[in-house]
Amino acid sequence: MANQKILSPLPGIFYTKPAPDQPAYKSHGDSIQAGDVVGLIEVMKSFHEVKSQVSGTITGGIVENESAVMAGQELFDVEG
Amino acid sequence: MTIKTLLIANRGEIAVRIIRAARELGIRTIQVHSDADTESLAVQMADVAVNIGPAQSSKSYLNTEAIIKAATDNHADAIHPGYGFFAENADFADAVLAAGMIFVGPDGDTIRMMGDKVSARQVADKAGVPTVPGSPGRINDMHEAQWLASEIGFPVMIKAAAGGGGRGIRIVDNMEDFSHQAPQASAEAQAAFGDGGLYIEKFIERSRHIEVQILADGDNAVHLFERECSLQRRRQKVWEEAPAALLPKNVRSALCDAATQLAKAVGYCGAGTVEFLYDDRSQDFYFIEMNTRIQVEHPVSEMITGIDLIREMLLIAGGAKLRHAQSDIIGKGHAIEVRINAEDPAQNFMPFPGVVSDLTLPGGPGVRFDGLIYPGYAIPPFYDSLIGKLIVWDEDRNSAIERLKRALREMKIGGIKTTVPLFRALVNDESVRRGTVDTKWLEHWLETNSAKLTLEEDKAI
Repeated sequence: MANQKILSPLPGIFYTKPAPDQPAYKSHGDSIQAGDVVGLIEVMKSFHEVKSQVSGTITGGIVENESAVMAGQELFDVEG
Repeated sequence: MTIKTLLIANRGEIAVRIIRAARELGIRTIQVHSDADTESLAVQMADVAVNIGPAQSSKSYLNTEAIIKAATDNHADAIHPGYGFFAENADFADAVLAAGMIFVGPDGDTIRMMGDKVSARQVADKAGVPTVPGSPGRINDMHEAQWLASEIGFPVMIKAAAGGGGRGIRIVDNMEDFSHQAPQASAEAQAAFGDGGLYIEKFIERSRHIEVQILADGDNAVHLFERECSLQRRRQKVWEEAPAALLPKNVRSALCDAATQLAKAVGYCGAGTVEFLYDDRSQDFYFIEMNTRIQVEHPVSEMITGIDLIREMLLIAGGAKLRHAQSDIIGKGHAIEVRINAEDPAQNFMPFPGVVSDLTLPGGPGVRFDGLIYPGYAIPPFYDSLIGKLIVWDEDRNSAIERLKRALREMKIGGIKTTVPLFRALVNDESVRRGTVDTKWLEHWLETNSAKLTLEEDKAI
């Protein structure tokens, strides 16, 4: 199956979890459906959910929690 | 000790504003910045720029150690915190002092006292400043809370003692709702602020937000009249004026005197703002809180009084006494400020960072722009969406609105979406022109008028 990527829709700070004391939305090996929430982007102090554009299995996180990202930057590797 | 070298522990338009005031006083400026702000206007303008860390505020603008190190390495004798970030952080103020420098603002203990809503309220009560009927202190017991809520009368507001900026507030209409929501609010406050302390106060249903600008030197305090900031969206101010046009003369002087009294009672030093709720039907005003810093909307007070507030802050921090007696401070004409944010008002104010492709700023008499943008500047996505403030002054409120309308027509910011179309629509609105708005008005207006915002977008010079 082809390798796919989940891209960031917005520039900002990327968070892998809903709150600092909570587990990550998605981890390595999790299966996901298009539309699943995989993280949050903080842009200009407002928070936006990042939804997967693809379905499959997460094979790797490309950026770490609380990284600065650009719009269109790759966030996750997905095999589907 | 007069300040010779000032470090600006902030970014954006307020950093630019502080550099301008410092330069006029012959003060050397050091601008700290993150990786994302190397191209900022403040960095270009300052005498020295120091990179203090990555884009994330927590690792740069909120990194005490890096800021203090930048200051001592470059022989700063003072730090101006601006607004936001460390401006109302007592520990930071203490750290600046401990490093042998001046903090441009009140001391850590004053910030602590006025920053806690419960202790601020107690101070106001003692100084004879009216407060909203509510719990005398923090609520520790639910039975006591229920008894108090019924004494005060519904609707009541449940507030987090450590909250701020409109966060941690719930409005409840009856006892059943109250018994259900109060424990939840406490748990939420514990999670958000690390402090589950609550207090309750009467909810004033239709109120205006009126605040008084204070300058004080530790011994004496004066006011620079009031500002009205009732046009708000999600409890964020978008349009501010000075003076509050509909305030009767006797109420104005009582309000301004109350604020001055409060500042004197706490031995306040520096610039500060005392915020009030004003009920224009009963003409009652109630103290809400004191902000121990310069505020975004300070220019409207400068425009009607002719006093440069940042300059006065720097002089007072350097040890000077107040240069103006109360009788020397005259409010003349009317000023309006609108906040230009990089947001798309036609898309529910979605943040819109990006590159400013071209820029035409308005000019002419009575027009001022305090900004951070220039053609080609890439607005970073990591910080506040405020990119500038358009401020106008004229002889009276009606002509100030006409001047604002004219200035908004001249203004052109290419490449990004901004809140300019919102203001182009508001200057034509009857309620805005009459001044009959309360703090809920704009949100209701937006529900039915968002189509106007798309139309206004296409209008240019």
